[in-house]
Amino acid sequence: MHSGVAVSAPASASAIAGGGARSEAAAASRRPGGIRLCGLRGEALARGSLRISHAPAAARRVAAPRAAAAAPQNGAVAGGGFDYDLVIIGAGVGGHGAALHAVEEGLKTAIIEGDVVGGTCVNRGCVPSKALLAVSGRMRELHDEHHLKSMGLQVSSPGYDRQAVADHANNLASKIRSNLTNSMKAIGVDILTGFGTIVGKQKVRYGKVGFPDKEITAKNIIIATGSVPFVPKGIEIDGKTVFTSDHALKLESVPDWIAIVGSGYIGLEFSDVYTALGSEVTFVEALDQLMPGFDPEIAKLAQRVLINTRKIDYHTGVFASKITPAKDGKPVLIELIDAKTKEHRETLEVDAALIATGRAPFTNGLGLENINVVTQRGFIPVDERMQVTDADGNVVPNLFCIGDANGKLMLAHAASAQGISVIEQISGRDHILNHLSIPAACFTHPEISMVGLTEPQAREKADKEGFEVSVVKTSFKANTKALAENEGDGIAKLIYRPDTGEILGVHILGLHAADLIHEASNAMALGTRLQDIKLAVHAHPTLSEVLDELFKAAKPKEGQERKPKHPPQLLLKVLSFITSVLSSKQ
Amino acid sequence: MAGLLHLNSTLLPSASLLLRNRSGGQAVRRRRACRVEAKIREIFMPALSSTMTEGKIVAWNAAEGDRLAKGDPVVVVESDKADMDVETFYDGFLAAVLVPAGESAPVGSAIALLAESEDEIPLAQSQAASFSSSSSSSSSSSPPAPQETAAQEASPPPPPPAPVAVSAPAPPSPAAQGGARVVASPYAKKLAKELSVDLFSITGSGPAGRVVAKDVEAAAAAPAKKAVPVAAARPDVPLGSTVPFTTMQGAVSKNMLESLAVPTFRVGYTITTGALDDLYKKIKGKGVTMTALLAKATAMALVQHPVVNSSCRDGQSFTYNSSINIAVAVAIDGGLITPVLQDADKLDIYTLSRKWKELVDKARAKQLQPQEYNSGTFTLSNLGMFGVDRFDAILPPGTGAIMAVGASQPTVVGTKDGRIGIKNQMQVNVTADHRVIYGSDLAAFLQTLSKIIEDPKDLTF
Repeated sequence: MHSGVAVSAPASASAIAGGGARSEAAAASRRPGGIRLCGLRGEALARGSLRISHAPAAARRVAAPRAAAAAPQNGAVAGGGFDYDLVIIGAGVGGHGAALHAVEEGLKTAIIEGDVVGGTCVNRGCVPSKALLAVSGRMRELHDEHHLKSMGLQVSSPGYDRQAVADHANNLASKIRSNLTNSMKAIGVDILTGFGTIVGKQKVRYGKVGFPDKEITAKNIIIATGSVPFVPKGIEIDGKTVFTSDHALKLESVPDWIAIVGSGYIGLEFSDVYTALGSEVTFVEALDQLMPGFDPEIAKLAQRVLINTRKIDYHTGVFASKITPAKDGKPVLIELIDAKTKEHRETLEVDAALIATGRAPFTNGLGLENINVVTQRGFIPVDERMQVTDADGNVVPNLFCIGDANGKLMLAHAASAQGISVIEQISGRDHILNHLSIPAACFTHPEISMVGLTEPQAREKADKEGFEVSVVKTSFKANTKALAENEGDGIAKLIYRPDTGEILGVHILGLHAADLIHEASNAMALGTRLQDIKLAVHAHPTLSEVLDELFKAAKPKEGQERKPKHPPQLLLKVLSFITSVLSSKQ
Repeated sequence: MAGLLHLNSTLLPSASLLLRNRSGGQAVRRRRACRVEAKIREIFMPALSSTMTEGKIVAWNAAEGDRLAKGDPVVVVESDKADMDVETFYDGFLAAVLVPAGESAPVGSAIALLAESEDEIPLAQSQAASFSSSSSSSSSSSPPAPQETAAQEASPPPPPPAPVAVSAPAPPSPAAQGGARVVASPYAKKLAKELSVDLFSITGSGPAGRVVAKDVEAAAAAPAKKAVPVAAARPDVPLGSTVPFTTMQGAVSKNMLESLAVPTFRVGYTITTGALDDLYKKIKGKGVTMTALLAKATAMALVQHPVVNSSCRDGQSFTYNSSINIAVAVAIDGGLITPVLQDADKLDIYTLSRKWKELVDKARAKQLQPQEYNSGTFTLSNLGMFGVDRFDAILPPGTGAIMAVGASQPTVVGTKDGRIGIKNQMQVNVTADHRVIYGSDLAAFLQTLSKIIEDPKDLTF
């Protein structure tokens, strides 16, 4: 592991050096003093410490190798007379990421969980849904005779065993859950069972709901209680024929016809699963077009690829005002009303309905009233450093909130990144997370991924701030690897500022889009300019060349160079030498 | 020439006769000749990727009658996923679109015809008719009509027929359509559309009588037996024999005679179309057709001249119509029909264009509902695409006026400052019922219309 990392050291150092001012905001803040940052990596690498892994939790989630290596241990004694340096309420992905980083920083840490470790992502979200989507992807392929034939393959009547598919999802969740639990136990994080309630400044009680009988004190508290599926009023959930993603992931049935209320990520992913398993799907979307929130061009194409060609129809601009579960031999009834006029439009009769209208924060019973904090639509108000603000708008000291509960960006990896950012601050290094560089992905077949602004958002910003925006696009059809896989469907789109070469957004629809996006999101996080990244080399033939194409197609205006094209190698060497000397002294 | 008519019974006009003669008589000869020279080329659905088996037309960049140069993008095709512009390999005129936007065609099949010269457009269009009839025969259960003539939305005037006349071959349904609803699964709906099966005609076998995919497939398979193998497209006219009228032609004949009872007169006007042509070029990529633009302009002029939108039903009174419904004559196999753009003054140009496309598709499939062809209050007939510069239409009984539109062509004109210039101009000629519409009414209407067309910015509001 060390050697692998060491090899990449010069590369990462030079990338940072080439990266312009923005990189300092994003990455530099580890240590006071801007320039040191170049050396920082050298330092960390020289010591073989894992501290540098700023990487949000994904990599840590499977923490086995790290636990085996000389991992840091939970701080033995908390400072200042507190039971703990840090107590985290909620052991989802956000809390987990924060806990690991806290221990690394030498903080004595406890995590309180009232349900199961792993939270929504691991137990009722990203993780089991990926298991189902892996099945649906293969089913789709096996059923696509034309596609297989063109590659010379023959398959006869593929089928599936519902229970076995459901077990696969469930087993995956258990496995990841135990990985997560072990990774925390291995480094000595105290896992306390019960629901946590804040009873006062730096004081938490936990225990059974309503009977928090144990009290602990902590220097700092992080709320990471996450969210639950949001169910609009008028909809009656019975868990069998009308249900949310929580139930759907158990795959207790595969209805012939299912209505999916909401066409965002969750709805879209489930439509992929259900149609692959043989269901027909009807989308109900309140906005005028499907897939709101995606870049419009991507949404249009996604509709063509993921909806029009499948057994899916849809109603847009309508609310499901009332949904009655199936009973007494009657089907599920869905009343649709016009989203604007509220007039009754139609009544659907379907076999099942999945409510995928978003998620609501899970913040009840946290004792927020004890510290004068008022939620906004259930979300806990925080500033850009995730510090909770009270009803008067003042920061509540030593109290932070990360993840879905603050509603800033409801994604597992965002929660984890926020948690790490908080630990950085607690450890004395100011840190502000750049949410615009956090990627998002939708795991349909093919996948959709994005980072940064959509084209309309970028244009609006450009109008306001008076800069120019350019867009380049490329097709997966032009990619050798994609064609070899017979998966040429898809496009990638780059939105950038030609005057500075700054990347504003990247959107991808195509094979493995979710894995491809990180080259762009990392470039954004590090402030890498197109002028520089377009010179980077990609292995051939790989899907990553899709992004290579994009970068190369971009035409940032030259003459605006703020840095020499080639990083001053000599200076870098000197800097890293100095920092390694300094650090060895420490 | 032609006329049109209608009433509430059927229609068909002499226009079709005319066309028929043309293509009948000389066309046979001409056609033969052209085969040798291959002046009419097919534009094929290209294979844009190795896996593509069929492509969907997203949009036609050119409209029928447009001149194309080699390399011009003609059509946007949606292949497996991306949209690609497809270019033409030859110079010529886009004579006939065989696969309209929104529909799919297998790779390698003809999607349009390209005529080398403008003269050959009608010929190409008549070939197109054979394409469409042969292709439609497989899918729709409808009508035979071994007829001649152009397919295009070309043509002459005409009017609305009675349901009886046209619906003979039509599918079952409409009755149910009123307010009833059919519960059909998403895939069943898709299949029904693809296979042109009317969901209302199917009894569902799914839960609670729901129509499911296999019901649609069964229904689509069933009619196959009665699908008359539509006479090999376009048989030649049997020279030297007498062929009885079809129902539709009979109705036209009847209407033509009835029209003689109406005292009509005509007023013509020359309109400069430069600005309209420019506008059309700008927005045709969005699916806007010249027909829709003309209908929209006419409707806007009618708003200001309600009397021209009126009719005389009993010989004693004006009937002022509450909506402006523009009927547009379209030649179809064996006749002529006038799909109606209802409330043309109120719809925006894009909606109107979509609507028009739908109507033409339905007309070709003979699936127009009665209110879609007999509710016109003013009729448009356009023969401009054939190069006709002026003609005269017969007033469809039951309406007040019909406008015959000729081709827009470069014309030498004297300008106000005493110079000579070239402008694109077209001639229009309105036939009206003088019992309700007088010469000054028409004159004022035409003046308004010409103002709208010469400064068409309001058409796209």
